[in-house]
Amino acid sequence: MAIASAGFRELRLDGMSRNFGAHNALKEISLTVQRGEFIALLGPSGCGKSTALNCLAGLLSLSDGAIWLDEKRIDTLKPEERGFGMVFQNYALFPHMSVRRNVGFGLQMSGVPKAEIERRVDEALNVVRLTSQGAKLPGQLSGGQQQRVAIARAIAVEPPLVLMDEPLSNLDAKLRLEMRAEIRRIHRLLGSATIYVTHDQDEALSLADRIVVLRDGEVRQIGTPQDLYRRPLHADVAEFMGFRNAIQGRLVRREGEEVEVDCGFAGAIRGQAVDVAGDRVVVAIRPADLVPMADGPIHAEVTGLEYRGEGYYGTATEPGGAELYFRTDAPLGVGAAVQLGAPAERTLVYAAGGVG
Amino acid sequence: MESALERLWRTLVWAFVIFFVVNVLAMIATVVINSFGTRWLSSWLPAAFTLRWYASAWKEFQLGDVLLVTFQIAGAVVLLSALIGVPAAYALARRDFPGKPLVIVLFLLPLLVPPITFGIPLATVLYKVGLAGTMWGVIVANLVPTVPFTVILMIPFIEQIDPKVEAAARVFGAGTGRLFIHVLVPLLVPGILAATLLAMVRTVSMFELTFLTAGPSSQTLVVALYYSVFAAGVRAGQSIDAMAVIYMLSTLIWLIVALRFVNPTQIVARVKKAAV
Amino acid sequence: MSTSSRPRRRTLADRGIDGVTLLVLPAALFVVLLFVYPFVYGLLLSFAPKEGGWLGNYTKFFSDPYMYGTIWLTLRLALPVTLLNIALSVPVAMQVRHMRRQRLLTTILVLPITLGTVLVAEGLLNYLGPQGWLNRTLILFGLIDRPIRLVHNYWGVFISLVITGFPFTFLLTLSMISGIDPALEQAAATLGARARSRFRHIVLPLIVPGLAVTFCLAFVDAFSVFPSAVMLGAPAGETRVISFAAAQAAFEQYDYSYASAIAMIMAVVQFGFVGLVLAGRGLFYTGPAGGGKG
Repeated sequence: MAIASAGFRELRLDGMSRNFGAHNALKEISLTVQRGEFIALLGPSGCGKSTALNCLAGLLSLSDGAIWLDEKRIDTLKPEERGFGMVFQNYALFPHMSVRRNVGFGLQMSGVPKAEIERRVDEALNVVRLTSQGAKLPGQLSGGQQQRVAIARAIAVEPPLVLMDEPLSNLDAKLRLEMRAEIRRIHRLLGSATIYVTHDQDEALSLADRIVVLRDGEVRQIGTPQDLYRRPLHADVAEFMGFRNAIQGRLVRREGEEVEVDCGFAGAIRGQAVDVAGDRVVVAIRPADLVPMADGPIHAEVTGLEYRGEGYYGTATEPGGAELYFRTDAPLGVGAAVQLGAPAERTLVYAAGGVG
Repeated sequence: MESALERLWRTLVWAFVIFFVVNVLAMIATVVINSFGTRWLSSWLPAAFTLRWYASAWKEFQLGDVLLVTFQIAGAVVLLSALIGVPAAYALARRDFPGKPLVIVLFLLPLLVPPITFGIPLATVLYKVGLAGTMWGVIVANLVPTVPFTVILMIPFIEQIDPKVEAAARVFGAGTGRLFIHVLVPLLVPGILAATLLAMVRTVSMFELTFLTAGPSSQTLVVALYYSVFAAGVRAGQSIDAMAVIYMLSTLIWLIVALRFVNPTQIVARVKKAAV
Repeated sequence: MSTSSRPRRRTLADRGIDGVTLLVLPAALFVVLLFVYPFVYGLLLSFAPKEGGWLGNYTKFFSDPYMYGTIWLTLRLALPVTLLNIALSVPVAMQVRHMRRQRLLTTILVLPITLGTVLVAEGLLNYLGPQGWLNRTLILFGLIDRPIRLVHNYWGVFISLVITGFPFTFLLTLSMISGIDPALEQAAATLGARARSRFRHIVLPLIVPGLAVTFCLAFVDAFSVFPSAVMLGAPAGETRVISFAAAQAAFEQYDYSYASAIAMIMAVVQFGFVGLVLAGRGLFYTGPAGGGKG
């Protein structure tokens, strides 16, 4: 493969901050990205992930901090001097240029000879499997094809780092899965470090080597997809990662990581302490892990049920009035009493009061 | 090196903008100051200030009558162009019918062809049927650009209203008439206001068409201003400027009100967007 | 009766014509009656001269240098002014689009358009005159020794056309440039394009079609310059524009046939230039200037 990423050892964000007036959109983000790594910036909208990407691209200047590419400080450079590839959310294809000219634009700007441009455009189109569409205008392509052109344009300049800003958010569900696989394939093929912004946990889990969870402009957790899925470090991250049940309670027993929590149910809930300070805690359980069991400590009443193929997912109210989300293999009638419980190793316990 | 050049370029561009704006404002200020000045010959400012030019302009140019005529004409033009234009805009916004592009072109032409070009044949026709020289002649002539202007301006306003709102009103039993009165008109008020105010500004400041079709008793302010400048020397420049100030006020009031509903770029850009 | 009318009604409805569609009729009829008909009437009238054959008016116009010269005198004003206004509008719009208090500037600029040519001409008569502020300022700064003559000649009209024309072309250009998705330029920047290349490769190609339309509108406007040419210019001499010649024929000689012929000649010149420009425009991309489908 002739297209390959120009190398760097590491990209270092050192206390990267950005304010908009009095609003701190990014608060001292620090992160080191290794060569060839795929990093996902994950968070709800407004968490600062797009701001972070724009700062990396040079489209926004930093309010404080620095960005280093090996020994070179790059946050003072203009976007055109950084040489990164970027894929925009709405693709930002040049509507008046053919696909080939779009893809070759970066090479043209850096003064690459014509014949060389042609050769590398061919290769980039080959990588994204669009060789037959080169003469068309972007407006004549489907959404998925435009997405491929945007990727080809970003990789044609062989950038050390590719930035992607929610590239799949404009596609329909089926195409999204397809393009996700494509992005993974292209990343493996080229090996360029990639920073990928998304609000979709599935996307982040399936694509990234490491995930950076952002909230209110701050890094909440950095870890592998497995870390994040199994063991979110904070209650808010857990909630974002799909732990929909958050039950308030009081810590009654603690033995290392093993804890028991009294939530006012028939029995205490046993779980793993992740981030516990006082005795006011919150218990986090995924709906898929909260199932009916004979000795389940939570006595609740089913309020709704929906069929999802691999099982039923339902809602129930516990005596305290809070709503719970659970999974069951056998259908249950609305109004039926149910005893729910979850395996202790999948029940995570955090300090109550949100941010800890 | 590059950024120094860029900075120089930026400075040059802004210097031009400031130069232009200063000149426009100074030009307007000259008129206003002159209208209040006693004698202004070879100095930066007049020797003293007075209000008497306004009194003399009012008398000499019969400004009372002229203003009355101006606003009668503008009022009639605005009312008629809304009555004729809004329903047409509604039809064009809501229905697709064969020949629609042609109809749109029909409405664009009077906006794109300058008034003096179609004004001469129009005046000829109006003279032939005896309307020219009368107030109705001036009104009809001014309607030629304002009706299409209202239509073109209103189409996007109407398109913004979700047709489902109308469908809902119909489902709940509103007939076409009540639909218009209870649902559409209230929703369209900002658009109609914007369109009529801009039509007002256009009519008050429309020189060519009024000039070509007006008689002595149907002159609007802008035409009276033109004639007084044309025949300058007979009258004091200051009283002409007093009239110019009154004219300015009579257009700017409507502009300022209109700017609450549309932004300045739209005033010229709407028509162009339709034309592209 | 009812059996024969029913299928016809259905086909009308199928083609989208119903009661609502008919609302367009009054306005359309109005324009046909008062715009199209007078134009056609004027065209026919121009071929029925007071004296001479059916082409009499046109041979009269084109055999009299005092008359056909007006075309050249008008073009000499309208073309440079329009090109200058557009050349000024593009760089200014490029700078202003990111400005925060844009609305203040656009409001000031919409003033000359609103006030119209008559008032601008009256204001410039004072302002540009030998004792006006402009000459005084230039003398004060030692740029000139004695007042330069800027009224009752070519330059007076030229300046008035810049003052009313520049805001018009500027506001159109600004709305076009603001319509370009900022992500396009950002994308170009991340691909290594510097400011000048971004303008040349991205912004300019996207606004050229719009600029062509702007040119047409501004040119047609400048070509029909009338009050300022009379008030600020030398209507018997170097700014004897074609619209003045037409108005003279109509209101001083009461020869409506000849006046209509001159108006038609005016229209032909205008449409000729518009046609040329729009034909050239066809060579460029004219679709939406968004970044993609989403």
